[in-house]
Amino acid sequence: MSADSGEKPSGTAGAGTTDLTLDAKVAAADIPPALVAQSLGQYLRAWLVRLRTGNSGVLPVVLAIVIVAVVFEVITPEHAFLRPSNLVYIFGLSTVYMVLAMAETPILLLAEVDLSTGAVALIGGVIGFKLVQQGPGPNWPWWLAILAALVICGVIGALQGALVALLRIPSFVVTLAGFLLFSGILIVILGGADSSVNLNTAVPNQNFIYEMVQGNITPIVSWIILVVVVVAVGSTMVLRTTTRRREGLVAPPLGLTAIKIALVAIIGAGVVIICSVNRGSSLRVVDGVPWVIPIVLVLVGLWTLVLQRTRYGRYIYAIGGNPEAARRAGVSLPAIRIWSFALSSATAALGGILLGSFFYGEYSTNTADPGQLVLYSIAAAVIGGVSLFGGRGKAIHGVLGGLLIGGIAYGVSLLNLGSLSTPLEYILPGGVLLAAVAIDVLSRRGAGSVTGV
Amino acid sequence: MTEVNEAPKGASPAGDGAEPLVKLRGIDKHFGPVQALYGVNLDLYSGQVTGLCGDNGAGKSVLTRTIAGVHHPDAGQIFFEDRPVHIRSARDASALGIETVYQDLALADNLDIVQNMFLGRERLRRGLLDEDSMEKQAAETLSTLRVTTVRSIRQPVASLSGGQRQSVAVAKAVMWNSKLVLLDEPTAALGVVQTRSVLDLIKRLRDRGLAVMVISHNLNDVFEVADRVAVLYLGRMVADGPAAEFDRQSVVEYMTTGTAGGRPYEPSASVSGEV
Repeated sequence: MSADSGEKPSGTAGAGTTDLTLDAKVAAADIPPALVAQSLGQYLRAWLVRLRTGNSGVLPVVLAIVIVAVVFEVITPEHAFLRPSNLVYIFGLSTVYMVLAMAETPILLLAEVDLSTGAVALIGGVIGFKLVQQGPGPNWPWWLAILAALVICGVIGALQGALVALLRIPSFVVTLAGFLLFSGILIVILGGADSSVNLNTAVPNQNFIYEMVQGNITPIVSWIILVVVVVAVGSTMVLRTTTRRREGLVAPPLGLTAIKIALVAIIGAGVVIICSVNRGSSLRVVDGVPWVIPIVLVLVGLWTLVLQRTRYGRYIYAIGGNPEAARRAGVSLPAIRIWSFALSSATAALGGILLGSFFYGEYSTNTADPGQLVLYSIAAAVIGGVSLFGGRGKAIHGVLGGLLIGGIAYGVSLLNLGSLSTPLEYILPGGVLLAAVAIDVLSRRGAGSVTGV
Repeated sequence: MTEVNEAPKGASPAGDGAEPLVKLRGIDKHFGPVQALYGVNLDLYSGQVTGLCGDNGAGKSVLTRTIAGVHHPDAGQIFFEDRPVHIRSARDASALGIETVYQDLALADNLDIVQNMFLGRERLRRGLLDEDSMEKQAAETLSTLRVTTVRSIRQPVASLSGGQRQSVAVAKAVMWNSKLVLLDEPTAALGVVQTRSVLDLIKRLRDRGLAVMVISHNLNDVFEVADRVAVLYLGRMVADGPAAEFDRQSVVEYMTTGTAGGRPYEPSASVSGEV
C-alpha cells in the first residue's frame, strides 16, 4: 500500500504546525535532539542533558583523539607527533581502519558482525593490483580493476550474507569461517607465501592507484576545493534549515548552523594548512592535501546518505532496533541483510586497495595480517560510537575511531620503546576499546530509562 | 499529563439500523486437532468501540488475528462494508483499512516517533526520504489525536513512557485512512494515569468515526470505553450486545461459564443486537 495522505484531520490544516511550536515551548530541554531547541542556549542545555543520558555521539571519540594527540606530543622524543609530516602519515596509516570501520558499520547496525572484513579487504586489494599488471597481468584500466575488485568482494559479501540471512546461521560463525577461508585464498591469488605484487609507478595506469594515498593535490587546488566544499555544505545546511522553518517544522537555530559551517571551514582550513607545509626536503618539495582525504570524505558522504536518507538505510536501523517491528512493517529482512553484507564487503575492497597504495604500491603476505585488520576495524567502529548491539551509529563514527586507532599505533611506534612497542600497540587500543564498549553499554542503559509522562 | 478533552456524552455516530463495517459469520478455526473458534459471529460498527472479553484461551487472539489477516478461517465468511472479503495477509488488511496494535507494539526503540509511524511506508522525494513531509503528517495525526505530551516527535521511542508508546502505536495505526483498529490489551502494562490517557485516545478514535475493537482483561477499561461488549468462551461467542445490557458480574459469568445466572445470553431487542 502506498503512502498516500493519511486521515483527514478533524481540526484545520494548520493544526500540525501550531501544535509543534506549542510542543517545543513545552519541551524546555530534554532528551530530544537539537530539533526542539529554538535558541543556542536551549540547544546547549538539551545537548548537556543528552550527554548525561548517554547519547554522547561523537564527543567521547573526539575527546579521546585530542587527548591522544596531546599526550603523544608531550611524551614523544622531540615532540614530533604533531608535525605536519607525521599527521599526514597518520591519516594514511589510519585510512584502512577508517574504511574498514565504515564497512563494518552497517553490519554492526544490523546487530551482526563481519569477521571476514580484513581478509576480504586484502583480497580486494590484491585483485585490484593484479588486474592492472602488465605482462602476465591483463593490464586493465585502473577504474575497471577497482570496479572488478569491488564487485567480486561484493559477491563474496552477498554469499556470506545469504548464509546469515536465509539460513540464519550466526554471522559470527559464517564470517569466522569466511575469515579463515579467504585468508587462505588470499595467499593463493597472491601466488604463494613469498610472493608480492607491485605497482609500477612509471606506468600511468598503475601510478593512478599508487597516487590514491601517496599523491597530493597542490595547495592552491586544495584551497579551491575547500572553498567549494564549504560553500556547498553551508548552503545545503542553510537551505535545509530555512525550508524546515518555512514549512513550520522545528529547525535548529540559525546560530547553530552558522557555528557548524564555521567549524567545517576551520577544520578544513586547518587540514589544508597542515598539508601545505613542505613534508619533503628543501631539494624535493612534498606538499598538498593527499588524495586519500577527499576519497575518504566522499565515502563518508555516500554511506551517510545511504544510511540516513534512503529507505534501505532506515530499514537497517529498524532491523537493528527491532527486527520483529521491521518484519511486521513489511520489510524484507533477508534482502536488507544480504545487501548490507555485499555493500560492506565492496567498501572493504576499496579499503584494501587504499592499503596497498599506502604501502607504496606493494602487496605481500607481510603487508597486513587479516586478523589484526578486522579486529582493529571493529574496534575502530565501536570506539567511534557504533553500538555493538545494533541500531546505533553512523558512518562518521568509523572514521573517527579509525583515526584514533591509527594515531595510537603511530604514536607508540614513535616512542622508540624497542621490545615494548609491539605489545603496547595491542594493549592501548584494547584499553580504549574496553572503555568504548563500557560507554556503549552504559548509554544503552541510560537510554532505556523512562522520562515520565 | 493534561487530560481535559472529553468525548461527547453518549456518542453513538452509527444511527439505529446502521450496517456494521465488518461482519463475521460462522468463523471456524482450528490448529491441528485443537478447535480455537466455533462458528463465531461478530459485528463491528463504525464509530463504536467493541470490547472483546474472554478468559485465557477463549480465542480472543485467534479471532483478532483472523480479522488482521494473520490467520485464515477454516470456515465462515468475513464481510467488509457488506462485501465478502478474504484477508490473507497483514497487507490485505491494511489495504481494507484494518490496522492492528499488538500488545508488544512493534516499535523500534532506536528510531524516533516519525520514523516509527512511517516504518515500511516511508515517503520519498527524488529517491530520498522526505523527512519534512513525513514529520508534518505525523505531527498532524498526533495533534488530531491530541497526543501532545511528547516533547518532540523527533525523540527516539526508547525515551517514551509506556502510555506514550501506546499512543504512538495507535497513532501509527490510524494514520493510514484506517477504518477499523484492533487493539490487543492496550492498557495491560500501563499505570493509572497512562491508562486514563490511552482510554481517552480510544474514545477519540470512536469520535472520529472509526470502528474500534479492544481486547482486554480489564473489565473496568471495557466498561469505560466500550459501546458494545462481546464475550468469547472456549472459542464460542456466548454474548454480544450493547454495553448497557451487561454489568461486571454478568460479563465475568459469561467469561467463566458461558452463561449468566445459568441462562445463556439473550439479545434484549432485535437479533442483530441493536437496541
